[in-house]
Amino acid sequence: MTTATLTPARAGTGADDTRIGAAGTLRHIGALTRRNLMRIKADPESMFDAVLMPIVFTLLFVYVFGGAIAGGQDSYIQRLIPGLLGQTGMTLALAVGTGLNSDFQTGVMDRFRTLPIGRASVLLSKLAAESLRALLSSAILLGFAFVLGFEVKTGVLEVLATVGLSLVFGMSIVWISMLLGMALRSPQAVQGVSMLVLMPMQFGSSIFAPTDTMPGWLQTFTEVNPLSQLADASRALLNGEGAVAHPVMVVLIWSAVSTAIFAPLAVARFRKRT
Amino acid sequence: MTGIATAPNTRGTAGNAVEVHGIVKHFGSTKALDGVDLTVREGTVLALLGPNGAGKTTLVRVLSTLIKPDAGSAFVGGYDVVRQPKQLRRTIGLTGQYASVDELLSGYENLYLIGRLLDLSSRDSKARAAELLERFSLTEAAKRTAKTYSGGMRRRLDLAASMMGRPRVLYLDEPTTGLDPRTRNEVWDEVQRMVSEGSTVLLTTQYMEEAEQLADELTVIDRGKVIANGGVAELKARVGGQILQVRPAHPAELPEMARCLHESGITSATVSPDDGLLAVPLAGEEQLTAVIGVLGGRGFAIAGIDTKVPSLDEVFLAITGKPTAGPATAPAAALVKEPVA
Repeated sequence: MTTATLTPARAGTGADDTRIGAAGTLRHIGALTRRNLMRIKADPESMFDAVLMPIVFTLLFVYVFGGAIAGGQDSYIQRLIPGLLGQTGMTLALAVGTGLNSDFQTGVMDRFRTLPIGRASVLLSKLAAESLRALLSSAILLGFAFVLGFEVKTGVLEVLATVGLSLVFGMSIVWISMLLGMALRSPQAVQGVSMLVLMPMQFGSSIFAPTDTMPGWLQTFTEVNPLSQLADASRALLNGEGAVAHPVMVVLIWSAVSTAIFAPLAVARFRKRT
Repeated sequence: MTGIATAPNTRGTAGNAVEVHGIVKHFGSTKALDGVDLTVREGTVLALLGPNGAGKTTLVRVLSTLIKPDAGSAFVGGYDVVRQPKQLRRTIGLTGQYASVDELLSGYENLYLIGRLLDLSSRDSKARAAELLERFSLTEAAKRTAKTYSGGMRRRLDLAASMMGRPRVLYLDEPTTGLDPRTRNEVWDEVQRMVSEGSTVLLTTQYMEEAEQLADELTVIDRGKVIANGGVAELKARVGGQILQVRPAHPAELPEMARCLHESGITSATVSPDDGLLAVPLAGEEQLTAVIGVLGGRGFAIAGIDTKVPSLDEVFLAITGKPTAGPATAPAAALVKEPVA
């Protein structure tokens, strides 16, 4: 082996003139996404939230509460499944912070930072892996729902639109999760706080029950809760009843506002930490 | 040098793989690095010796672009740590207390990932990963997740990871802390091999023995300041090299033994009656023969002899005339915690 020479190949300007082009960035994101997926393979329990939760929620609510809420399983399933599908993006987005936190804690992030890659690649690869997880989770939920007798009254395009809307909203929540991941000390703390955010939003929405029996203050909350709007939009898309445009617009506005506020904060914090 | 000068000056001096000029780094009110200067010549090993909290890891983090210095300048392979971080990262490999492997990935997948992030092709990443796994005796464990590895295996994987891109400059941050002697020797062998292949190594350690084993040059650092530097032999001469310990069969004869040595011109012998030991710092190997010759010639009964490398504390004592940082009553190493950025 030859002795390496230490004359920089391109030291002319003194500037950091190694640009990481788009192709390089895509390759890095690909490699890191692969890593995130391999981690899931090595730790299948981490898929519980994506695989088992939709099944457990469906069974629990359809058979335990279905009769009481909607007067029958069949009508309840048509109400519940679109709502669950709508919230899939958000529930999974909240796992991003946990993974990010553990990368910081274990020193893996330091390793990445000594490599000549763009910092955004690390974040974007998390988005990519989470999107794949969300797609898988949505497929499982729908498949299971069909077995139980759920019917899509519209068409494939509407199903895709529902999943897409759920993903868009989920992506806007990812930034909040990343902020939590960087602000809190341990992955467990991140998970705990995430649940604390998620639970009231899930149940204080129109996903599981009609909101008209709730007290006034709670109705106010459910009306502004984006998960209600997501559930309404999903029901309109899949059941073909009610207005589509309004709830979809509201969800998109929520997503845009959340991204506009939290993405710069998360990126700034990430830059500061790295 | 200021680092803001014209182009040729910003690249450091030819022949130096690492050049550090007056680096200062604060963490809050703590001054972790207080104007550190050092150079590592191409193809050599520099050991940065110091107790916990001396600033060793902080300096390595500055030189790996993980943190920015508050003042001063540093060049690695001719690249400025602050202004050319991406180019610099292509030049270095880091194995350390902090930089780590992914526990949930197999040994092979860890190396493959790093290869891809270093822009090696898929085929090259595979080949290089297999080569390094073989070299670090990890081929059998290649498909197991790193979580199942022993401490020594993890350290070897960590070393392999830092070598994926054939870095010209390697930082080894306390590479053998916490390892058993056998694994430690394996790591040492690998470091020596890397150097023989042309790498430049900056090594931090708390062990004089490790520095002696691996380094060409030594820089001793304490409380963020360089307190001594030079060739290993040169510093050893100042510190006194190895220490000969003689255990007489009859401890009562200790003062008499010291007196006889003194008469023969060996004036550095000290007696510790509590341990029943006579200690003689050795300037060279011939002195060992001389001491044994004198004691044997006078008919003293010797129960045992031993030589030992001076500890970090003894090195500090010899250089500064005072023990490592902190109150004299407490073991210095336990006192100051390295700030984590």
